[in-house]
Amino acid sequence: MACRRFVNQQVQIRSGARFMSSWWQSVEPAPKDPILGVTEAFLADPSPEKVNVGVGAYRDDNGKPVVLECVREAERRIAGNLNMEYLPMGGSVKMVEETLKLAYGENSEFIKDKRIAAVQALSGTGACRLFADFQKRFRPDSQIFIPVPTWSNHHNIWRDAQVPQRTYHYYHPESKGLDFAALMDDIKNAPNGSFFLLHACAHNPTGVDPSEEQWREISHQFKAKGHFAFFDMAYQGFASGDPNRDAKSIRIFLQDGHHIGISQSYAKNMGLYGQRVGCLSVLCEDEKQAVAVKSQLQQIARPMYSNPPVHGALIVSTILGDPELKKLWLQEVKVMADRIIGMRTMLRENLEKLGSPLSWKHITDQHTAYCKQIGMFCYSGMTPEQVDRLTKEFHIYMTRNGRISMAGVTTGNVGYLANAINEVTKPA
Amino acid sequence: MDSSSSVFANIVRAPEDPILGVTVAYNKDSSPNKLNLGVGAYRTEEGKPLVLNVVRRAEQMLVNDNSRVKEYLPIVGLADFNKLSAKLIFGADSPAIQENRVTTVQCLSGTGSLRVGAEFLAKHYHQLTIYIPNPTWGNHTKIFTLAGLSVKTYRYYDPATRGLDFQGLLEDLGAAPSGSIVLLHACAHNPTGVDPTNEQWEQIRQLLRSKGLLPFFDSAYQGFASGNLDADAQSVRMFVADGGECFAAQSYAKNMGLYGERVGALSIVCKTADVASRVESQLKLVIRPMYSNPPIHGASIVATILKDRDMFNEWTVELKAMADRIISMRQQLFDALSAKGTPGDWSHIIKQIGMFTFTGLNTEQVAFMTKEYHIYLTSDGRISMAGLSSKTVPHLAEAIHAAVTRVDTYCAVSTGLVYALQCES
Repeated sequence: MACRRFVNQQVQIRSGARFMSSWWQSVEPAPKDPILGVTEAFLADPSPEKVNVGVGAYRDDNGKPVVLECVREAERRIAGNLNMEYLPMGGSVKMVEETLKLAYGENSEFIKDKRIAAVQALSGTGACRLFADFQKRFRPDSQIFIPVPTWSNHHNIWRDAQVPQRTYHYYHPESKGLDFAALMDDIKNAPNGSFFLLHACAHNPTGVDPSEEQWREISHQFKAKGHFAFFDMAYQGFASGDPNRDAKSIRIFLQDGHHIGISQSYAKNMGLYGQRVGCLSVLCEDEKQAVAVKSQLQQIARPMYSNPPVHGALIVSTILGDPELKKLWLQEVKVMADRIIGMRTMLRENLEKLGSPLSWKHITDQHTAYCKQIGMFCYSGMTPEQVDRLTKEFHIYMTRNGRISMAGVTTGNVGYLANAINEVTKPA
Repeated sequence: MDSSSSVFANIVRAPEDPILGVTVAYNKDSSPNKLNLGVGAYRTEEGKPLVLNVVRRAEQMLVNDNSRVKEYLPIVGLADFNKLSAKLIFGADSPAIQENRVTTVQCLSGTGSLRVGAEFLAKHYHQLTIYIPNPTWGNHTKIFTLAGLSVKTYRYYDPATRGLDFQGLLEDLGAAPSGSIVLLHACAHNPTGVDPTNEQWEQIRQLLRSKGLLPFFDSAYQGFASGNLDADAQSVRMFVADGGECFAAQSYAKNMGLYGERVGALSIVCKTADVASRVESQLKLVIRPMYSNPPIHGASIVATILKDRDMFNEWTVELKAMADRIISMRQQLFDALSAKGTPGDWSHIIKQIGMFTFTGLNTEQVAFMTKEYHIYLTSDGRISMAGLSSKTVPHLAEAIHAAVTRVDTYCAVSTGLVYALQCES
């Protein structure tokens, strides 16, 4: 075998390379991405009944993607008016300023004191990756603690950044809620000064968030252990409909004096998915440190993509910089969040009406100030085999962990969906 | 546990990027005569950035199309864009394309394409050394190093002739271990502007193939060098025509003026369609943990233009106008220095091609020009011709003349910042 390959590599000078075998002969076909592969499969399905509750992209009640009015208006203002010069490595200053206000608070002292190192990033993925690379470079002995379960790409990001991963308890399958006791144990047992990845709100994939009291306890314990909190906030505004409320976890940590990191994304809450707009921020001790950290983040961005794309950032800064457009945006976010909350109620009611023997309270249950599950996703509790049946028999597409994207549920398909779920989950 | 101190307390401020830092310094300068010849971004005669008419048209079409949504692109990007980009660089009739042996993925301009390609190589290739020309674009080394490749150089620029050190190139690549990766600038070498002739390219091709070296093309200036898209892709096409494998990173930053939109593509030409398909699946695993999927706006503009015959033709006309203006600036600068009798041979200004001229000025002379004449360029003496206009050529010629006649020895050097003293000769 090796001999033949060697012979094949003998090259005839005149024709050049015709007899060489491929350098890539041994490249294995990669497995499909567990999330993005679902949409690929959905698109390939010819069935008229098909339902896509896979990827977390918002749909209106007709199952159609939505471009927000505030976004269309911003684009009309931008098109043809500006040049397309390179942004600085750290991205659009204006966009970053507005974005920090959303996370840290409109009148945040940290913004005033210039203590936040912040750069525009390629949506949430890009922000997490910049932070992971930064963590690897400047805290090479650190690990990242990741909740179980989490968005699957988190594991890929920190792995490719070569930061070792540990996990912490999060989801409680029996109650389909938060395993708070185990979570707190893991925080206590982690070595002092560990790095933790936290979902700021609307946990993906479970939809299970800690209550405000629970967040305070987590923050308190983090202080005792000197842990670093990195928040992934991909759904601000999408969970409750109120961006300030959705940032509560972050505000609690800030009040308690933590120096946190935050990944923010406009993919969902401004519907800018394909524009890849986000922001990475790191709260520092003072302005001097923030300048140093920002410069180092830029050093990581430069050999990755040099500088971030301008178009999406312009849309964001146009909207957030104009009080009227910002108001419109907040209204539109609330509409999206409300529709999802409405679909949760309908799905649960449908399942209960069908006489499903399982408990579906977790889809909507109020629990102090928060829904028991909130945001775009519902962790149904279905097994991979049950999900496979949903796909094969009913042409319903979701990720095999049983995560339902509520944004893909409509008044038109909720009955069909409930019926199918009931069919595959009822005792044989 | 001191929770008031930061875990990143010991971080020092990174130095400015040598290229992008030039614009930062330029922006701080309040002189009315300041001239930015640093970053390679095209400027009009009036010194303004240019958005091509055809690009504006494409943008309007996109904005007015209410059926357009902002959904995620697939990980590999916009399909139309990928196909059209491959055709643009390899030629519409390329057998490699017709045989489905090319996988093309949309990436974030040239930088992103190079990085994704390098990460793929670091994971799947057996010989993790890449040879880059000396000199090369300042960001190349960092891109490849961070991806996990080790970087070596091959001789390229000959300071004595201000042209190609062809013998040195052949020797160094001839000595490279079999399988090594070789970075090649498809045209308009950055920063020198020195390109091999077609005959030299053919010799390079034969050498690389006979040694089993893997070519990785960086094509950032297709159409910008000669004004002709096909001519500027000849080097790449030679390597595809011989049936072998290669990588090509494309950027639309300059030739479509889409700089900040970050539009580019990485193509990998494989021996078979089956290999190409497997390679593509692995490229997705590199991209997903980096940014999931690429930005849609710029790629949509490019696809709109490339697929419409009229818009494509309009683009070639505007592209040629940019290339011609740069060629004219070269001539004017050369003529001005000749008229002044500036010592030295300045013919390289008109022999070199593309956006940049490697003047041959040293770091002291560069610092002098910045301090005394408010002219901003990178410390290796590279000037972006695109930043010049008929009005500003005399100012530059004067500055070069002064630098050459008054600064010729190494003067005070202080922690990386070079102060040029006026050493009266």
